[in-house]
Amino acid sequence: MARTHAPQLAVAAVSGLLFGAGLYVSQMVDPLKVLRFLDFTAIPSGGWDPSLAFVIVPAIVVMFVAVRLGRRRTAPLFDTEFHEPEYRRIDKRLLGGAALFGLGWGMSGICPGPAIALLAFPPDGLWLFLIALLVGTFAGSRIVPSGHLKRQADAQ
Amino acid sequence: MESSTPLTAAIGGSLIGLACAVLWLGNGRIAGISGIFGQLLPPAHTVAWRIVFLIALVVGAWGSAQLFPALGVGGAEPTALAVPPTQWGIPAPVWIALSGLLIGFGTKIGNGCTSGHGVCGLARLSRRSLAAVAVFFSIAILTVTVTGIV
Repeated sequence: MARTHAPQLAVAAVSGLLFGAGLYVSQMVDPLKVLRFLDFTAIPSGGWDPSLAFVIVPAIVVMFVAVRLGRRRTAPLFDTEFHEPEYRRIDKRLLGGAALFGLGWGMSGICPGPAIALLAFPPDGLWLFLIALLVGTFAGSRIVPSGHLKRQADAQ
Repeated sequence: MESSTPLTAAIGGSLIGLACAVLWLGNGRIAGISGIFGQLLPPAHTVAWRIVFLIALVVGAWGSAQLFPALGVGGAEPTALAVPPTQWGIPAPVWIALSGLLIGFGTKIGNGCTSGHGVCGLARLSRRSLAAVAVFFSIAILTVTVTGIV
């Protein structure tokens, strides 16, 4: 894709606004609320907070409908193709990466979406977290092949 | 379950789903935040829409907090990050930085986080995403059980 056109930027802006609003309204910007979901030890005492499940299920359902609608078209409205993920295999990198992410997520209750959205009302330590997030991402990018063609070759 | 907020959770979740739907049907892109964030780094191309999306993400959270301040953290209440278990003797900044490194590294090599795998991937019925979601939720739940930081 040569360059980004204005409609694509408008779509990105609308999507980002909706996403940020959704994270605030659902309170998923609150790391402690996320941790109260992950704390299954609180289930017997009735202190468990199941809210995260009430967030992710409707989100999946809405996106599921969108994916079905998309399958009836050859391309999205403002680009020449749907950018489907290229990887197909369930491999050590996927599972190891998910495990490390799960460990970090369980330590802090912050996943990347809320981490960025929290810039709207930054708690102490957020900048340190974001810098570490960027450094970790950069280190990871030394391992995963970069570039569309390399990824495709790797995905075979 | 006094802390459960199913109604606002479902409304917020629907907004997140709508955000993913708009980006997919409009631009054919997956609204995976770790990917959008990570691909700002070189050798990235088409950075412009990613920057616009991330700025809008912050503005969306801020704007909705102004409109509906009573919903909780960020609106009426201050936000705070989790602190490490006191008996472990780990300084909070070390804990926060380690968590950020693990999340950045893990989502990069695992190609996604809660939004990319959890929302978009499951909605696409991706077997890879289902495997990733099963692993990261299990490990996160196990981590909270071990640390007991809630």
